[in-house]
Amino acid sequence: MFSENGLLPIIAILPFLGALVPGLMIRAGRNACASFTAIPTVLALVLLASLAPGVMSGTVYRAEITWLPQLQLSASFFLDGLGLLFAFMILGVGLLITLYARFYLSSKDPMGQFYTYLLLFQGAMLGIVLSDNILLLLIFWELTSLSSFLLIGYWKHLPEGRQGARMALTVTGAGGLAMIGGMLILGDIVGSYQLTDILAAGDQVKASAWYAPAVILILLGAFTKSAQFPFHFWLPHAMAAPTPVSAYLHSATMVKAGVFLMARMWPALAGTDLWFYVVASVGLVTMVLGAIIALFKDDLKALLAFSTVSHLGLLTMLLGFGTPEAAIAAVFHIINHLIFKAALFMTAGIVDHETGTRDIKRLGGLAKVMPITAAIGTVAALSMAGFPLFNGFLSKEAMLHEASHTSWWENPWIVGALATLGALFSVAYSLRFIFHVFAGPVRDDYPAKPHDPGFGMWAAPAFLCVFVIAIGVAPFLATPVVKMAAEAVTGEDLSFYLKIWHGVNTALLMSVAAIIGGVILLVAHRPLERLWAVMPRPEAKTIFDSLITATQQVMRWLTGMLHQGAISRYLAIFVAATVALGLIAFSGGAMGPATRDLTPVPPVAVVGWVLLMAAVAMVVLFHRMRFRALVVIGVIGLMISVGFVYLSAPDLALTQISVETVTILLLLLALHFLPKQSPHESGPARRAGDATLAVIAGVAVAALAYSFMMRGFSTISDYHLANSKSGGGGTNVVNVILVDFRGYDTYGEIIVLGIAGLCIFALMETLLNGPAGRKLRKAEFGPDRSRDRHPLMMVVATRVMLPIALMVGVYIFLRGHNQPGGGFVAGLIFSIALLMQYMASGFAWTTRRQRIEYHALIGFGVVIAGLTGVGSWLAGRPFLTSNFGYFEIPPIEEFELATAMLFDLGVFLCVLGAVMLMLYSLSRLARHAGETVNNEPMDYDPSRSVQASSSAEKGA
Amino acid sequence: MELLVASAVGALTAGGVYLILRLRAFTVILGLALLSYAVNIFLFSTGRLAVGKPPVLDGYTVGDFSAYTDPLPQALVLTAIVISFGMTAVLVMFALGAYLEAGDDKIDMDGPDQPDRQITATTPQDPESDGITFDFEPRERDA
Repeated sequence: MFSENGLLPIIAILPFLGALVPGLMIRAGRNACASFTAIPTVLALVLLASLAPGVMSGTVYRAEITWLPQLQLSASFFLDGLGLLFAFMILGVGLLITLYARFYLSSKDPMGQFYTYLLLFQGAMLGIVLSDNILLLLIFWELTSLSSFLLIGYWKHLPEGRQGARMALTVTGAGGLAMIGGMLILGDIVGSYQLTDILAAGDQVKASAWYAPAVILILLGAFTKSAQFPFHFWLPHAMAAPTPVSAYLHSATMVKAGVFLMARMWPALAGTDLWFYVVASVGLVTMVLGAIIALFKDDLKALLAFSTVSHLGLLTMLLGFGTPEAAIAAVFHIINHLIFKAALFMTAGIVDHETGTRDIKRLGGLAKVMPITAAIGTVAALSMAGFPLFNGFLSKEAMLHEASHTSWWENPWIVGALATLGALFSVAYSLRFIFHVFAGPVRDDYPAKPHDPGFGMWAAPAFLCVFVIAIGVAPFLATPVVKMAAEAVTGEDLSFYLKIWHGVNTALLMSVAAIIGGVILLVAHRPLERLWAVMPRPEAKTIFDSLITATQQVMRWLTGMLHQGAISRYLAIFVAATVALGLIAFSGGAMGPATRDLTPVPPVAVVGWVLLMAAVAMVVLFHRMRFRALVVIGVIGLMISVGFVYLSAPDLALTQISVETVTILLLLLALHFLPKQSPHESGPARRAGDATLAVIAGVAVAALAYSFMMRGFSTISDYHLANSKSGGGGTNVVNVILVDFRGYDTYGEIIVLGIAGLCIFALMETLLNGPAGRKLRKAEFGPDRSRDRHPLMMVVATRVMLPIALMVGVYIFLRGHNQPGGGFVAGLIFSIALLMQYMASGFAWTTRRQRIEYHALIGFGVVIAGLTGVGSWLAGRPFLTSNFGYFEIPPIEEFELATAMLFDLGVFLCVLGAVMLMLYSLSRLARHAGETVNNEPMDYDPSRSVQASSSAEKGA
Repeated sequence: MELLVASAVGALTAGGVYLILRLRAFTVILGLALLSYAVNIFLFSTGRLAVGKPPVLDGYTVGDFSAYTDPLPQALVLTAIVISFGMTAVLVMFALGAYLEAGDDKIDMDGPDQPDRQITATTPQDPESDGITFDFEPRERDA
């Protein structure tokens, strides 16, 4: 049993795997390409066939691969009668189309692409009919839209192809979006996204207050996909696709997806008034309208397209009736329509291929020159018309029977009358397909010299015609299949017999009326056509195009309005919106009373606070004097560091103070090349407005922070405190969190930092090679630059401090696991130590003594940290689990070694590399701008002779 | 103490917001620096204030953690400080690039950002010819 269930995912995945092959196999020739396309299809068919007996006897196969059980996301598949029928249709017709396309496509068409798209589509379609999870079904649903877009637009050089593909994608994609909403509502009502659960909960669904929106949204998806009025217009335009695509997508499979969905959801949704009036009415209108338009189309494929629209309407209407008998008729007609319509499309393709035109007005008399094609086309078209002894007759009879027994808005005859009208036009266009194409005298003005194609091309439609007649003559052959699928649709046991002769009843009379009327219409086609031509009617494509253009214009206008180029305005809107949202959130929830006491304030804290507030005020007031503002910013950073020390955050204090130093250095470097002052640009009104906004935001944030701090909270940190020493091997909990508990986050963050460094390097590279670089080379510096750019005092001082600073860095690094410190801080301290050398002796002099590239440091850092994480896999533990042990090497005291330290080394290297790379990149600007390279560490070296130094100065 | 911290966060936010609404890139960077301070202190303060209770285990006792402040916000803020440095550095690079390419460090464009706007040469000058001069603040010279 298990192995049989396990086949389902394999069947579903086969076409997708197969899709990888044709693109490669086309190099081995067209036959090889087509054969390899057929292999996965055949394989899937064989596997499916092995399950068929079980399904026929009533087993429902299931397979579930759980993915995110919390969100009820799982790849679950199931196979019942309906799924089996559709899967057979998809794979079977797919195989025939593969054969047909091999001979249809010309040598100029990229066949590998075609077969890849075809298999992608086949996989998506198969996924829809096999899915048990509706979320999975939605994914496959969207995949069919996408892959059909590729197929419709396959002939990229044809504008109709591209436009048709876009239109199909827009309409079906929009419907798909609506359906996502509907499916989510449905899942929410039932409390499960498993289709089997939903189907079992039909009463619950229908009783829900959300039933109507769910039904409407899901139907929007089904109607757009199945080209129901008023969304029918995309289907004829999709006929720009190669004929194999039309035959496959637009007769057999994709357009049936909507019908399939309605049939699938039938137990859960059907049977209510809403369902009946929406589904049956839309289906009826579509059926009649499609049939009428089809009669007046001269393009063979357009005729077939509108006939498909009409037949899909018929199916929709039947499902809308909501009775088990109607469902049986629908299932039977799905099979019949598939068989004759695919054959007809292939016939149309053959005619087009051989004569060079699809225009009925230019055809006629083909029966004599293409007898085989004519025979196939005639059989299939007679079936479409609903003549007895062809399969179409049986299901059409059943449909008419159901229609005549349905009353609409207490009107017992309107449905029957309209259905007869639809059938009548159906007879007319089917006969037109036969008589205007194949009958009549042979013409001498065909664009090409027509003759029957090779066996490969007519084999597939001929094969289908065998079924047309077999089912038509001996309907009991189809009974088990119809029964199996219809029982799966309705979820009830059904007993019925399909037969040709039911006696003289209403349906037969309606059928006879339709045939007689159809013949009359065909005879009177010419005057009717003139009437049709002068009749005003809306052209769907024009409406669609103007709708799209209008949407585009509105969106462009809106984008222009919102995105008018002023970042300061966006930021103002952003701040205002954030404050407003905060206020809404605040007013919505009840805030509990303050539960904590104020912490006492020592006098020194007040001093620090005053300094900080004054510094903020000064930065704001003097922001135009950029150097001054920068210096004052340093005061703020310093005060914050001191605050961290006082408030029990030594690690933060260390980090803040070192980052502060590096940031100020960076900004100073940048300011060297930027204007030193900001001009007065905004008027007093604007400044006042901005200040108001700023004050409101500030007060809001202050209030938020205050209310946070005054209330107690529950924290998960006790876990970290409890396990820091025993699990992570360190007493500095902050560091253990960084390198162990939340090591993954830290790993991500050092990568981000590394990327930022590389990004700056890359930007600078581009900048220097662009026009800015040329400008820089010509830049002139003011005459007031310092003459003593590398002063003796500074060189000596930094030289003395270098080893001390490095030692402090190493110390901070080593103790980090147990005392404040760690890789982040150590990296920053190293950076500062190196930067001092840059400042003292100049960029070039220092770089010349550098052995390792900063890029490499970043890389080493990330790799070391990553390998440390991977190392824990070797010990059979999750990524980045740290391990530690205590060692004793005399004469040193017992000490601890932890893998976390190795990880911290990675952090250290990455921080060092990134910070240095950033500053290095900025200082390249200076060198580019004509900064001289000094060979000596300092400009004036007292240990050298006066002459030597003066000549060096001349050189500089 | 809570009042002092909250008011400091508020002041930093207000100053930061005012500065990012200015029109020059460098000022906006200063504003973002202030905002980063504000956000970091705010995040830190969600662990509540504690004096003399650094989260460094000492005489390890099981079950009683009242002697230590909440370490988690600190760990978050530590990386946030370093990342905000990275962000500032990238922004500085943008500002520099924009200034060197365009000749000023304004942040606003003159018109809407239309995707199909024709790219026209507004200044048909030779790009080689317009060198720029770096101005320095006037300084008293002693020699």
